[in-house]
Amino acid sequence: MRSEKSRSKIFNRRMALIAGGKAAFLSALAGRLYYLQVVESDRYRMLADENRINLLLLPPPRGFIVDRHGTPLAVNTQNYRVVVVPEQTSDISATLSALGRLIDLSAHDIRRVERGVRRRRAFVPITVRDNLSWEEVSRVEVNAPNLPGISIDVGQSRHYPHGPALAHVLGYVAAVSEDELTGDPLLELPEFRVGKNGIEKRYDSVLRGTAGNSQVEVNALGRVIRELRRNEGQAGQKVSLTLDLGLQQFVTRQIENERSASIVVLDVDSGDILAMVSTPSFDPNAFNEGLSTAAWDALTSNTDAPLINKAIAGQYAPGSTFKPIVAMAALEAGISSDTRVFCEGYVDLGNQRFHCWKEHGHGALAMHGAIRESCDVWFYEMARRLGVDRIAVMAKRFGLGARMGIDLAGEQPGLIPTRSWKRTVLNAAWQGGETLVTGIGQGYVLTTPLQLATMTAQIVNGGRRVTPNLLGASELGSSPPPDDRPPSLGFSPASLKFMVGALSDVVNAPTGTAHASRIRRAKWAMGGKTGTSQVRRITLLEREQGVKKNADRPWKDRDHALFIGFAPVDRPRYAISVVVEHGGAGARKAAPMARDILTEVQRLGLDGPERLVRASAT
Amino acid sequence: MTIQDRFATPRMTLAEKLWHVNWIMVVLIIAVACIGFTMLVSAANGTYEPWASRQIVRFGFGLVVMLTVALIDIRVWLKYAYLIYALTLGLLGAVEVIGTSGMGAQRWIDLGLFQLQPSELVKIALVLALARYFHGITFADIGRPSHLLTPLLLVAAPALLMLRQPDLGTAGMLVLGSGVLFFAAGVRIWKFVLVLVFGLGSIPLSWTLLHGYQKQRILTFFDPERDPLGAGYHILQSKIALGSGHITGKGFLSGTQSHLNFLPEKQTDFIFTMLAEEFGLVGALGLLGLYTLLIVYGMAISWRARSQFARLLGLGVTTTFFLYVFSNIAMVTGLIPVVGVPLPLISYGGTAMLTVLVGFGLLMSVNIHRDVRIGRSGMEPVA
Repeated sequence: MRSEKSRSKIFNRRMALIAGGKAAFLSALAGRLYYLQVVESDRYRMLADENRINLLLLPPPRGFIVDRHGTPLAVNTQNYRVVVVPEQTSDISATLSALGRLIDLSAHDIRRVERGVRRRRAFVPITVRDNLSWEEVSRVEVNAPNLPGISIDVGQSRHYPHGPALAHVLGYVAAVSEDELTGDPLLELPEFRVGKNGIEKRYDSVLRGTAGNSQVEVNALGRVIRELRRNEGQAGQKVSLTLDLGLQQFVTRQIENERSASIVVLDVDSGDILAMVSTPSFDPNAFNEGLSTAAWDALTSNTDAPLINKAIAGQYAPGSTFKPIVAMAALEAGISSDTRVFCEGYVDLGNQRFHCWKEHGHGALAMHGAIRESCDVWFYEMARRLGVDRIAVMAKRFGLGARMGIDLAGEQPGLIPTRSWKRTVLNAAWQGGETLVTGIGQGYVLTTPLQLATMTAQIVNGGRRVTPNLLGASELGSSPPPDDRPPSLGFSPASLKFMVGALSDVVNAPTGTAHASRIRRAKWAMGGKTGTSQVRRITLLEREQGVKKNADRPWKDRDHALFIGFAPVDRPRYAISVVVEHGGAGARKAAPMARDILTEVQRLGLDGPERLVRASAT
Repeated sequence: MTIQDRFATPRMTLAEKLWHVNWIMVVLIIAVACIGFTMLVSAANGTYEPWASRQIVRFGFGLVVMLTVALIDIRVWLKYAYLIYALTLGLLGAVEVIGTSGMGAQRWIDLGLFQLQPSELVKIALVLALARYFHGITFADIGRPSHLLTPLLLVAAPALLMLRQPDLGTAGMLVLGSGVLFFAAGVRIWKFVLVLVFGLGSIPLSWTLLHGYQKQRILTFFDPERDPLGAGYHILQSKIALGSGHITGKGFLSGTQSHLNFLPEKQTDFIFTMLAEEFGLVGALGLLGLYTLLIVYGMAISWRARSQFARLLGLGVTTTFFLYVFSNIAMVTGLIPVVGVPLPLISYGGTAMLTVLVGFGLLMSVNIHRDVRIGRSGMEPVA
């Protein structure tokens, strides 16, 4: 019994310890709950929200690109897609075959969808086909009750309604490449497209806009339960170009059958580019969906370089279209326009003979006649008297030999040779004969069609600087106020007046080289200068055997046909340059094109810059 | 014959026994169970199917079992204590052979109606066996190491079987619960110290014997953020759910962590987390308070009982219940590693519910028969 009592005593004592222990542990639990639910609560509430709230990006619609009249050149079209949500249909293959009776589905599409069904979560929509036509969309919608899990989804695609005609100016958009990723999550969306060339690239940030977002509640599997908040983004801005769509299309039709050519039409006062065409071209819409390797290879391996905008990146010897520069250099150097040179068809320098294009010579000519009839011997003589460096100074005053700063990537500077240039770059002394060929725009001289048009504009607009530009009075506000006249280049008005008269006579005088291409309507009459630039040197042997006709030579050896022009002659408003690669004589090939285009631009009666501002404001 | 004397004899009428059932405790148990049903409804997004409805039926069945157990004479439990222990141990051994596999551990016998977990039943059976053993020896015997061999074997047999399964959590609960009984029975304190020192010394050896996932759980416990999408995911999400519940909670059916499925096992092991998320600190402490009341009642009942068997049985059952509550809540709050112990009376599951209710039945039997004197060897009262 004593044992029973001590057993009871010790039980009671230890029971108290056990009770105390349990109380301590339970208090620890209460303390832990207080710590988690009160002290640390803010942190965990934030983590809970991070768990359940996902931010979805809403891609902004890309800004339109329009011409000077507001006509759309690049737009967004609705891209209708059929999507299937696997969990909403009990039998995916039955649904797909039902859908296949309504719209065309390739075996490839069906395999891709079935792969997606296996790999992704059942509530994630899978695209079955995109780019549906309206008929297809309505057929699917009408039959929706028989198509469980099928729905129509709308995306946006960039579309260029005029295709190749504007491909070089507008550029194109395509999927974002690795090196373009900046950390902006918008760029990582699979359907997002960025400008890859032309205006689309240059003004990508303006056209793109800013992304909106949608806060959605998701569960642990990522399924969207509901939308909590929505922040609409900022749509991309419209970009208005100086181009005239009608003129651009007209110019395109003029040269689209040429193997390789380019044309630029400028407003001589504002520098607005009214048309800029390079041929061959390509379809910019093809890049949107991703070009096949074969199609890409075909574009890049084509020796006529369809991806290159030759109006800014093609560098050609200007040939006789360079003669106005030499004439201006002579006038500004104090050489009288009455200076006569006798042309007997060639001139000798040392033991070299330099030929005029007219085999038996022009006889005695002053400057006016030399320009009109494009006498090479007269310009050989002027070049000899001036020296190459003075010609180069004049060329550079007109902006040749340097990039014009157009809003497009890939512009080339051309080349105006000088003595020091040859010494530093080619490490050779300048030869006298090289001065002579420079005088007729051959040899080392290289110019782009854009430079030639700009040069022409600056001769005929009263000697004022022209900065060629593509961007009209748009929201960007980058174009100068219209009444802000560009600065003068500092030529004497008499020289300029003389040049305009001489260039007019090239076309309008019966002896002018481009007389056949004159515009007969007097108030639209054009002036200009033909050019035929040699691609390869004609050897003495060939000359003795009689120079082959251009058409008899292989295409790659034929001369480039060039023409620079302006209209109307009494108050010039438009300048043009035409380069047809290996097109033969400028007078025969390029001048008629310029005539038709300058007629068309005057027929259209395009607004000057003052009217343009008003047009875009409405 | 005074009422005291009548209680001291085995002759009580059914009405007298029913009168002495601790009805306040029954009400507390029903209250906790109702909280459990509510949470199961929430786990099923507001519907009784599939969990709450079945749990209610099981609870009703378990309540009848509990009262039946309570009314059976405590000497019957003493008499059959070893038999019950042997049967349960046999079942535990059987899961090694016919148990079906789940979650990488074999823990269930499929009885068709429900899956029996012998590891739950063995907790009660061991308490019965230990209580009977310590009832049967004198105070002087307890001091002799030779008399500790049998109870140690009683504990070791099921504990080793559980470690083989492997069910580390239940084995741990078994050892801790038994330790409390050894302590209350009067085993010398220096022996506990010896075991503790020996136990700590063998940690490096045990580590090599642990399964990979068990090591993961323990490592993850010490640093949950080291693998937030893998092993640490459960603990981290549970803490986020708890913490974001704040003081008053997000409201019934509005727990984002639970209802958007960030919280795993929300109808079983992590049901406390869901409660704390939806009803906040108020709800969590409220439930903890109800549990504490039940534990206090249990301690009071065993303190009040006259026989050593009844005292130890009451304490053992109460301690088992306490260990369920503590392990589960400590696990979901990140205080201890994930051990897979259900929250008693609340987590969805049949065996644990039945075990707990049988335990409370025995506790009530202790209460009803608190003054019955039991001889050292069994039925005969000591003079």
